[in-house]
Amino acid sequence: MSGFLLNRLSQSIVLLVIVSIIGFTVLNLMPGGPLAQFGLDPGMTQKDVERLAAQLGLNRPLWIQYLDWAWRLLQGDWGHSFRDGSSVLTIIGRHLLATLLLMGTSTAFAIAVGAWIGIRGATHRYSLFDYCATAGAMVALSVPTFWFGLIGIYIFTLKLGWVPAGNMYTIGDGSVLDYLHHLILPSLVLSLVHVAVWSRYMRTATLDALSQDFVKTARAKGVSERRILLKHVVGNALLPMITLAGMQLPSILTGALVTETVFTWPGMGRLFLDSLGYSDYPVVMGLLIFSAILVVLGNLIADIIIATVDPRIRLG
Amino acid sequence: MASGIQLASPADVALSVRELTVSLPEGMERTHAVENISFDLKRGQILCIIGESGSGKSVTANAIMGLLPKAIRVSSGAIHLDGVNIVGLSPHKLRGLRGRVVSMIFQDPLSALNPLMTVGAQIEEVMVAHDVGTPVSRRSRAIDLLIEVGLPDPQLMYHQYPFRLSGGQRQRVMIAMALALEPAILIADEPTTALDVTTQAQILKLIRDIQRRKGMSIMFITHDFGVVAEIADYVVVMEKGHCVEQGSAEQVLTSPSHLYTRRLIAAVPHLTGTDRAPLDAADRGPILKVECLVKTYRSGSALFRRQRIVPAVNGVTFDLASGRTLGVVGESGSGKSSLGRLLIKLMESDSGSILFEGRDLAQLSEAKFRPLRPKIQMIFQDPFASLNPRSTVGQILTVGPVAHGMRYSEACERARELLSHIGLDSGAFDRYPHEFSGGQRQRIGIARALMFKPKLLIADEAVSALDVSIQAQILKLLDQIQRETGVSMIFITHDLRVASQICDEIAVMHRGQIVERGPPSQIFLDPKSSYTRELVAAIPGEQPGGMLQHDGYVEYPKQGETL
Repeated sequence: MSGFLLNRLSQSIVLLVIVSIIGFTVLNLMPGGPLAQFGLDPGMTQKDVERLAAQLGLNRPLWIQYLDWAWRLLQGDWGHSFRDGSSVLTIIGRHLLATLLLMGTSTAFAIAVGAWIGIRGATHRYSLFDYCATAGAMVALSVPTFWFGLIGIYIFTLKLGWVPAGNMYTIGDGSVLDYLHHLILPSLVLSLVHVAVWSRYMRTATLDALSQDFVKTARAKGVSERRILLKHVVGNALLPMITLAGMQLPSILTGALVTETVFTWPGMGRLFLDSLGYSDYPVVMGLLIFSAILVVLGNLIADIIIATVDPRIRLG
Repeated sequence: MASGIQLASPADVALSVRELTVSLPEGMERTHAVENISFDLKRGQILCIIGESGSGKSVTANAIMGLLPKAIRVSSGAIHLDGVNIVGLSPHKLRGLRGRVVSMIFQDPLSALNPLMTVGAQIEEVMVAHDVGTPVSRRSRAIDLLIEVGLPDPQLMYHQYPFRLSGGQRQRVMIAMALALEPAILIADEPTTALDVTTQAQILKLIRDIQRRKGMSIMFITHDFGVVAEIADYVVVMEKGHCVEQGSAEQVLTSPSHLYTRRLIAAVPHLTGTDRAPLDAADRGPILKVECLVKTYRSGSALFRRQRIVPAVNGVTFDLASGRTLGVVGESGSGKSSLGRLLIKLMESDSGSILFEGRDLAQLSEAKFRPLRPKIQMIFQDPFASLNPRSTVGQILTVGPVAHGMRYSEACERARELLSHIGLDSGAFDRYPHEFSGGQRQRIGIARALMFKPKLLIADEAVSALDVSIQAQILKLLDQIQRETGVSMIFITHDLRVASQICDEIAVMHRGQIVERGPPSQIFLDPKSSYTRELVAAIPGEQPGGMLQHDGYVEYPKQGETL
């Protein structure tokens, strides 16, 4: 087990280094470079820009810039935003909670509901429920999220007036209830597509487990259908789902670009969009590394969980 | 022994099936899975149901267990389990009987156990399901059962997960599970088919011992007359959903009355004490000379992990005379399939040489070897997986030769010729693999290999997936082809009986090495190595060179014969 962990960790570190090199290079290849927006500023001469570049060390060879950046990253200095000079880590931290709140609730909801629909669809295969779930999933998967968001706002905000149209809290209020009130619509809209994905995967995995020989063995032993489902089917069906959940972990923290934009949610997705718009390199690079770490971490955690749950990997 | 079904009084009958008909959903090739079958399983006896694939033997077993899929129903007839008719019983009541009155073990012990639950928990589950005992009593019962089925270190075994166990051990766990509540009836559905022959002998002995000890009634489903000869008291022969013959084991084995039974018994490959007649007297030079061939599998070689090293082929040396057949026989994991893959260079060897017509294949690069590929062809085990379902038979046959430069029209001509030669009509050319039966597909597989006019054929378990009657036909075809074309053959199989039918010489493999080599007569009648002796002794229902062994087993067990 510890060998397995060390092995996976070392792989992950190599992967992160490669991702950061590619990210850093590609970002610097963008037309105009990091100081593009100053070039359009009438108050800045070419000399001013050059002086600024020298000040920021941007005139050095790219690989030295990378090493310098990576070295400081390791020491916890992720750089400072070109926009307001505040530390990248601080900015990420400020947006992280908002995203965590939105994505956390919607993902938890999606997994629970999606898994339930999937299991029920498999045990009641070709029933009315199964057909409806399949059709519903297809609709949720094929209609873009922003449309659901706009329709949701139209119905529940404009027509019914039940929930606010956007933002995370009402200025001047900010109580727990107020947060929840703002959370309902975006998290529901966001979870729609995830419910669809999860129910489809879970249905397939459950059907797969149901057709296994050990289920027949359990029936031959006289085990009740309910117990077969709980003890034999769901456990085995959830194994592949863990990997899927691991892949979703990064998105919980990196946010949803579209949903956050539609509902003006101050999360990571919007931070990324805004920073790109401003060519705020340090922040964009910080977000890139942050999400790379999350992807690696998500997979690692999923592997660890599977290894803990599945004796074939734990002991094999 | 030979009493008919009418004479059996209810008291000594554990399971009685009367005029059972199970209908299949529309659109299947038959309307009924089984039709109007009747038989009795008497208390304390072993009843064997024998039949080829599609005979309805497994459907019968599932009907008795009340485990038929929803689409398949019992349409008429009665099944009395311990006096209770279970046809039409509610699912709840049926569940109460399963595992308690009747239990079942299955063919594939590798998939029949839940990989996420310990052995102990799975045995205890039977008791939990029927609300028997307390956690403490269940645990001690589970350990008793593990002892009873002969598993080593039961305390440790109790906490073990199935993947740690060998196939034979898993089948023992299945048996322990089936015995947990001391059911009156045990249904065994091909319980030894997936096992190696030595393991099979052990499991058969275990089942027989337990049956005697507990006076259980066992319904044993098999396709193997050898197994029938080993353990049956009474035999039911099924063909295409009908019961064609039944009677005592002695009667059915020695004087079968129905034509189908006679055909089946005749098709069973036997150990022949005599060697195959050589093709011609002239001494031929070797076509293949293998020396000190080594292949070692390494896995998990990544950082921080222990490397697993498995010597698959460990210094194998043999030669093969042109136009002759060498049988490579061994149990699973013996390295016989690895050897086959090395010879055809599907896999690179670590060291050693493969001299084919004087050239060392082991040293050749893939590019240099490619022109030689047509000369060495392979016939695969699974006739279902080895043909591309999206290609017509014609495409399957011609694509290879065309890639090697044969003109398409010439390839088509040869393909049609071969198809009729191997016993398919030439209309097969435009049809797809799924339109053919397993035996026909294997013929197509053979035709595909022959398209290249090969010098050497490697047949890897080429008849293992087939029913015995089909198996006999394919073996005959291979023999005929060899006599006509003079092709040399390496016949890889786990089945000594099959090997003895077709091989001039047999090499017995064990743990990557050839432990013994010689003509079939010597291997079977006078084996030199202890492993070969063990293998030969484990073959069900055989005495070397003899007929099916039928006498003796009904009255008393032959101790010591099977380990």
